[in-house]
Amino acid sequence: MELRVRALETVLTQKGYVDPAALDELIDAYQTRVGPRNGARVVARAWVDAAFKDWLRRDATAAVASLGYQGRQGEHLVAVENSPGRHNMVVCTLCSCYPWPVLGLPPVWYKSTAYRARAVRDPRGVLADFGVTLPESTEIRVWDSTAEVRYLVIPERPPGTEGLDEEALAALVTRDSMIGTGLAGTPAP
Amino acid sequence: MSLPSLPDLPRDDGGPVFREPWEAHAFALALTLHERGVFTWPEWADALGRAIAAARGRGDPDDGTTYYQHWLAALESLVAAKGVGTERELLHFREAWDRAAQRTPHGAPVALADADLAGPG
Repeated sequence: MELRVRALETVLTQKGYVDPAALDELIDAYQTRVGPRNGARVVARAWVDAAFKDWLRRDATAAVASLGYQGRQGEHLVAVENSPGRHNMVVCTLCSCYPWPVLGLPPVWYKSTAYRARAVRDPRGVLADFGVTLPESTEIRVWDSTAEVRYLVIPERPPGTEGLDEEALAALVTRDSMIGTGLAGTPAP
Repeated sequence: MSLPSLPDLPRDDGGPVFREPWEAHAFALALTLHERGVFTWPEWADALGRAIAAARGRGDPDDGTTYYQHWLAALESLVAAKGVGTERELLHFREAWDRAAQRTPHGAPVALADADLAGPG
């Protein structure tokens, strides 16, 4: 694998398609600067700012871009909001389309056949594997990502967080809660 | 069928995104070529989807651990399909890097030399 990638990189560099320094910069950005913290800030803003949440639900691509997070693939972002009666979960049954600008790169399990196949067929069972049990009455809606449309789940704001500021709230928003395989955390007592 | 091997997967922001450096490079190459307009993102998703399906047909576990192998296969096929680089060129450089790796002492960075490109003795 290593040799195949090096060969490809050499060919592309020699032909002027790739600048090795720019490549390293890109890798660094994805490993250290882009990541689920971006998404967490988006969710925390939505929790404290009703107008922003409304914008996010109507046009997530624009609302998220206003915070400085933009997609490289020109994809359309859709935010889906959890409520007491409705839980949202995101999958990409085809490959692993994922909202990179807000969540960084997908975790290994997101890319697995097991998750891709079972999220649609048995979302409640998948949630149980993640340690999440929802009331029977809660409807679970599964969203299948595509190359053009990516989804971001807005988890429910945990109870007892009324006094927290945006930064403290963002710390409660986990990556999994924005994929829908988890819930936002509760503040440490 | 249950969802296997969830326990050791990263559940928070820690944990490496790439398991090995080559995965990061394969990832960044695809993004760069897309930004250069070599292919559209739907074309990429289609190629990746086909690479994954083909690997599964060959018995790949497709549990996420081989994901970047599929990514690389998709990238190589698109590079060839778009006329950016031929299979022959890729093979040539793969062999050159192999020779460079063989002659480089353990621990030292591997670099291509003219002799590596020339082929074996």
